[in-house]
Amino acid sequence: MSVFIDNSTRLVIQGITGRDGSFHAKAMIAYGTKVVAGVTPGKGGQTFEGTVPIFNTVADAVAQAGANTSVIYVPAKFAADAVFEAADAGVKLIVCITEGVPVLDMTRVFPYVKERGARLIGPNCPGLITPGQCKVGIIPGQICTPGPVGLVSRSGTLTYEVVYQLTRAKIGQTTCVGIGGDPIIGTNFIDCLAAFESDPATKAVVMMGEIGGTDEQQAAEFVQKHMKKPVVGFIAGQTAPPGRRMGHAGAIISGSAGTAAEKMAAFAAAGIAVMKRPADVVGLVRERL
Amino acid sequence: MNLHEYQARELLRKAGIPVPPGDVASTPAEVREIAEKLGGKVVVKAQVHAGGRGKAGGVKLAATAQEAESVAKKILGMQIKGLTVHKVLVAPAADIASEAYVGVIVDRATHSATFMVSPAGGIDIEEVAAKTPEKIFRQRVDSRYGLLAHQALALAFKLYPDVIKARQAAEILQKLYLAFLNAGASLAEINPLVVTPAGQVLALDAKIVVDDNELERRPDIAAMRDETAEDPAEVQARNANLTYIKLEGNVGCIVNGAGLAMATMDLVKYYGGEPANFLDIGGSSNPQKVVDALKIITSDPNVKAILFNIFGGITRCDDVANGIVTATKQFTVKVPIVIRLTGTNEEKALEILKGVGMPALTDMDEAVKQAVAAVKGGKAA
Repeated sequence: MSVFIDNSTRLVIQGITGRDGSFHAKAMIAYGTKVVAGVTPGKGGQTFEGTVPIFNTVADAVAQAGANTSVIYVPAKFAADAVFEAADAGVKLIVCITEGVPVLDMTRVFPYVKERGARLIGPNCPGLITPGQCKVGIIPGQICTPGPVGLVSRSGTLTYEVVYQLTRAKIGQTTCVGIGGDPIIGTNFIDCLAAFESDPATKAVVMMGEIGGTDEQQAAEFVQKHMKKPVVGFIAGQTAPPGRRMGHAGAIISGSAGTAAEKMAAFAAAGIAVMKRPADVVGLVRERL
Repeated sequence: MNLHEYQARELLRKAGIPVPPGDVASTPAEVREIAEKLGGKVVVKAQVHAGGRGKAGGVKLAATAQEAESVAKKILGMQIKGLTVHKVLVAPAADIASEAYVGVIVDRATHSATFMVSPAGGIDIEEVAAKTPEKIFRQRVDSRYGLLAHQALALAFKLYPDVIKARQAAEILQKLYLAFLNAGASLAEINPLVVTPAGQVLALDAKIVVDDNELERRPDIAAMRDETAEDPAEVQARNANLTYIKLEGNVGCIVNGAGLAMATMDLVKYYGGEPANFLDIGGSSNPQKVVDALKIITSDPNVKAILFNIFGGITRCDDVANGIVTATKQFTVKVPIVIRLTGTNEEKALEILKGVGMPALTDMDEAVKQAVAAVKGGKAA
């Protein structure tokens, strides 16, 4: 069992012939993901690596190849339209890897996707992986292993660090979801926590947050009210100065709001075990399994 | 990207919002000229990307053009929060009957642009929000329709009970929304919005913060960037496609990925050290980026040790190792370097570093401990 993606995922890659798209298409195919189609306007009718059919539009990929999930690797200025296109084509899970999508574009994308009943993950995210079954995005497959831990994170390489520590300690994962570091994202912590809570295979959840916004505080409230499964949490940015954007567009302390201290306090108050450093994940998760 | 007040005023003016006259100057003689043209009492305001300009002595009134010139001499070249003042705005000293705040931001909680207005303008709006939240009124904007006329008017009535003033303010709010969209802003505010004794509503001071992700498709806005108003090392980093933020500590950090970079800084602190910076070399790092990163870090005299923390996903560890080797051939790094590399092509990277006699670790905690110890002991442990 898992959340969002599994053996039944049929993936279309938007931007499959681009530099990043083609590199990661190969990695996803090698991992065992069912990549059923690619989309590059103007290259419809060709194939990728001799096996994956390429279409001009996502609608064609859905109609002719039965795609039910899309992953987006197009440049930032085309990313919003790529999400609109996937949603219009009836794709129910859309994963946008692209970094640098203007936030005003996201104010239009967010309601559009919601109204069409689709789920967007990202943008500016590493995607997700259900170890042993399917990976959608860029998370390195070799650092993950199947097991009972659900993981949700706002960052990329920090996620890898924590997953890797778990895997080395022989603690596997149901699904790892990178939700992205932008101010407006399609899927937030609560969406993932709810999914893990109802996934029978997930026995514990790791939540990796960071400074900026109030998503973690709301997630803590959700954990307290609605979750029976144990949750372990981390907040990056304890040493970040206020008013500066720490790489991620959303990682900024505005005035005195959105600090690591405030989020860690919210975690602790909600009964979430707080990691002081990434390496604490192994001990805290093990105690709760 | 922050715009200067004079640039923000210009964008508002172009959007049809009434803004008092005034012009920007970079020499005292120019200030005098502008003050003469304006006539009467003027205000000379430092144009820097820092709050608290007034408190720092960067905003001064002058009764005559001559006095304007002499206050400009003091303001131009002064330091405000570490930034040198290169430009001043010269504007008529306004005769003000009342001050209000109006602003629009991208609100992450509601996934939409949101207006905030308050009759208690003129001062720090965050302070108003913290102390008297009941004095702030909000309106969420549906991105499909923009700020509707009745929404703008309802907000305006919160500022001015008088319908003539309210209608002026409502028009300003709708124009502010368009200016916000056209600039690709994440924040656009007028503080204060004032009423003159004659009853005219005017934007006296303006602030616009542009979403960096908008700059590629808005070359006119991108051209407004004033590199002289920014930290030189941060400019250098941005031009090398790196994200760098200088801090006060002495452990220089070079990391791939923003989350891991923050966690690395935190871990330095956890083990008793102080991070000198945030530096993210990004995803697909080529060796040149590593060279640029090392140049930037070594130009900070506070740095007493350098810590690499690389988790190779898209980033290939051998690329980073090659960058380190290239850099150390190009220039001497006088402080100890502690390297942690793990993930994609880790073995190749360790081989490359071993070839030049540089040890490398694969554990993050161990690397951070060694870097902190190196600062304290003067050499890598």
